[in-house]
Amino acid sequence: MADHHAAPHEAHAEHKAGFWRTYWFSTDHKVIGIQYGITALAFLLFGFILMLLMRWQLASPGVEIPFLGALTPEMYNQFGAMHGTIMVFLGIVPLAVGAFGNYVVPLQIGAIDMAFPRLNMASYHFFFWGGVVMLASFFVPQGAAKAGWTSYPPLADIETMGQTMWLWGMVLLITSSLLGAINFITTIVQLRTEGMTYFRMPFFVWAQFVTAFLLLLAFPPLEAAGFLQLADRLLDTSFFLPSGLVTADGPLDVSGGGSPLLWQHLFWFLAHPEVYVLILPAMGIVAEVLANNTRKPLWGFRLMVYSLIFLGIMSFIVWAHHMFITGMGTAISAFFQVTTMIISIPSVIILSALIITLRGGSIRFTVPMLFALGFLPMFGIGGLTGLPLGLAPTDIPLHDTYYVIGHFHYVVAPGTILALFAGIYYWFPKMTGRTLNDTLGKVHFWGTIISMNCIFFPMLIQGLAGVSRRLFDGGLAYSFSEPVLEYNMFMSIAAAALFVFQVPFIVNLIMSLRKDRNVKKANYWDATTLDWSATPLTPVAHGNFETVPHVYRDPYEYSVPGSGVPFLSQDMAPQDDGPSEATIEVVA
Amino acid sequence: MMEDKQALWLPEAASTYAGSVDSLFYFILVTSVILFVGVVTTMVVFAWRFRRRSAADRPVPVKENKVIEASWILVPFILVTIVFIWGFRVFITMSVAPPNAMEITVRAQKWSWLFEYPEGVRSNALHVPVGRPVKLKMSSADVLHSLYIPAFRTKQDVIPGRYTYAWFEATRQDTFPLMCTEYCGQQHSTMLSSVVVHSQDGFEAWLQESQLGTDASPAERGEALYTQLGCLACHSLDGTPGIGPSFEGLAATERAFTDGTRAVADDNYLREAIVAPAVRIVEGYDALMPATYATLEPEEVDALVAFIQEH
Repeated sequence: MADHHAAPHEAHAEHKAGFWRTYWFSTDHKVIGIQYGITALAFLLFGFILMLLMRWQLASPGVEIPFLGALTPEMYNQFGAMHGTIMVFLGIVPLAVGAFGNYVVPLQIGAIDMAFPRLNMASYHFFFWGGVVMLASFFVPQGAAKAGWTSYPPLADIETMGQTMWLWGMVLLITSSLLGAINFITTIVQLRTEGMTYFRMPFFVWAQFVTAFLLLLAFPPLEAAGFLQLADRLLDTSFFLPSGLVTADGPLDVSGGGSPLLWQHLFWFLAHPEVYVLILPAMGIVAEVLANNTRKPLWGFRLMVYSLIFLGIMSFIVWAHHMFITGMGTAISAFFQVTTMIISIPSVIILSALIITLRGGSIRFTVPMLFALGFLPMFGIGGLTGLPLGLAPTDIPLHDTYYVIGHFHYVVAPGTILALFAGIYYWFPKMTGRTLNDTLGKVHFWGTIISMNCIFFPMLIQGLAGVSRRLFDGGLAYSFSEPVLEYNMFMSIAAAALFVFQVPFIVNLIMSLRKDRNVKKANYWDATTLDWSATPLTPVAHGNFETVPHVYRDPYEYSVPGSGVPFLSQDMAPQDDGPSEATIEVVA
Repeated sequence: MMEDKQALWLPEAASTYAGSVDSLFYFILVTSVILFVGVVTTMVVFAWRFRRRSAADRPVPVKENKVIEASWILVPFILVTIVFIWGFRVFITMSVAPPNAMEITVRAQKWSWLFEYPEGVRSNALHVPVGRPVKLKMSSADVLHSLYIPAFRTKQDVIPGRYTYAWFEATRQDTFPLMCTEYCGQQHSTMLSSVVVHSQDGFEAWLQESQLGTDASPAERGEALYTQLGCLACHSLDGTPGIGPSFEGLAATERAFTDGTRAVADDNYLREAIVAPAVRIVEGYDALMPATYATLEPEEVDALVAFIQEH
């Protein structure tokens, strides 16, 4: 305890630090969180623009794009590979974990900072430079990586220099995630304030806790695989190259004997847990926003936490359901079908618990609440469309078609991204001390959810018809896909509309700079968790709390019968309205 | 009209196991739609019924209910058990080829397919008899490919360095699209072929026709090879530029190369362009032609050169 009290004062010294130390090389988890947030949003926008260019090509193949000319297959393939990489590794994960995790977790558990502040800073800078390497790869000879975001060898092994850049970029990004994961685990285990037992931790913290374990355990195999592929490319090894390959330049001069399937196993051993890295923090945000806006506790909180842990563990043994058509054998396929069926159950539980939470509530339809409510059915579609993909017989016809694209975009785009917007609208007042405009927020919500559905739903139908993914002409060469190709124009217009509907969001962010948008009260949403109740200042000052909070109760004690107050924050001492024990302790 | 209807859902089924795959898919689809509509209706009703009407509004306490919690585990568990057991039976059918299946060898390379039949006949479209199980034994010369026949619900990755297998039994005589569905590089989108389903007799007749007699001239044999080896995927015969130059009027013309040199397309140039295509690239094209043709028999190269010369 003594350390906790001393630390905030020590930290004040850093207030005098110069610009670079304060905003760029900061060790304050809140500044790092905001750095992550701004960088990730910029990457999301960039990845989205790549997609708009691809959708232009799909709607009208070969028609010239202003300032860019007609999209060649090489460009389309680069954009496709980089869209996936950027959205997943440079957009959503940094926003969900880097930004929200960093900013909110220490506040919610009553810690003055992350356990390793300098490691935290290093983690952001590895991420930043990883992103710079990825962007720079567009400018090397023959452009960026174009072997898909999955980088399957042998194609990736023999691809152009952009692929080497992709691998170096991934190595930096993975290093960043590993440093972050260790930091989150240590912080949550060691720095919970007095009284903050594991089951008093808000659901969001639980989600970040499980996510950190996934990152820590799943990323090292991909980092190793990345180095092996680098060795194949730069040192003429053949980890992923079988003997006897022939390319346009003649027989490949390598020793051979490697296995292309090895890469797929190592890649998906990361990339399936990665799916949960994308979705768990989103569930965490939605849970916070739902509890706060229904003004009641989460229904089945413990069951939700157990489901979360179960999801985390199971996510390590489902990876090969991405590989049913590689011919890996019926016995292995059977195992992975069973685990995949099982993993659907905890997701169903969490989703239903969140919906049942609405029952009996006194629901405020705030902007974050709209986004959180939008997440529920969208994630539902994402999950349900995944069922046929988890079973080999139905996966076989649908694999590598637009059905798969539609499925995982429902999980990640209208799913996770809506939840991330909920998080932005929810914590923005705390992060900046400014409020966002409700009307612009509502326009942003309705525009986004409708246009996203118009983009992704037709993909499911195109996929059923058999249209493959990663076709630079969108399937124009396939006569049979003709009846479903006409949707492409509609989908591309919807994508443009989605872009237009982000304008109110950007305008909203800029308008919040106005002086009259200052937040009037510290606990803007009347929330029970420490991030709102124990931080008297908005934005929160370095060191977070004036006095380290003491936790007395469960995370969501809204509208407790007989309490006489609308909500009991976690740091509110039992049966009194006066100063909490923690305060008394400090005064004494 | 018929085609519109097909395209909305899964393509019209044309293999023995496609029907059972579709039934399983539609069962999952219908169950999912019912669940989804139920859940979303519940959500909307809750959201509307329990909206905040005034600032003094207080929530109604809802007790945790072990029965509901248990049922949320049990009901999905029963459903997934059903689809798993059902699905597994279908999967075994799809995975295990009947012992009497006719074997066809498939070779994939960037960006064409080559099918080889028991009688030594080769083609770049897959020809099969109706009502007889066919087993494909597949390999790739360069990168990953994946053979996909939407109408049969058949899909299998083709992997360099090892054989993979797929099987099907066609139920209708027709021509169906066949394509590569694993991203395989620049021209992946064009790696397209078809399955021609013949009657039993028609298939035998096709095999006979495709076997060249000993009296065929080199140019005739070259023409057959042009189709069988998949040259037509990149080189047209009517002057249309493809991934590679058209063969129309190619012979004896002067060719300009990307390295600035020029040469007349004589026998020696044509031979080199087949067995070592990367040496000189015609201006306006990329070095995309596979080097696999270096392994052709000398007679086959002669035949192709003769065919291009005469064309």
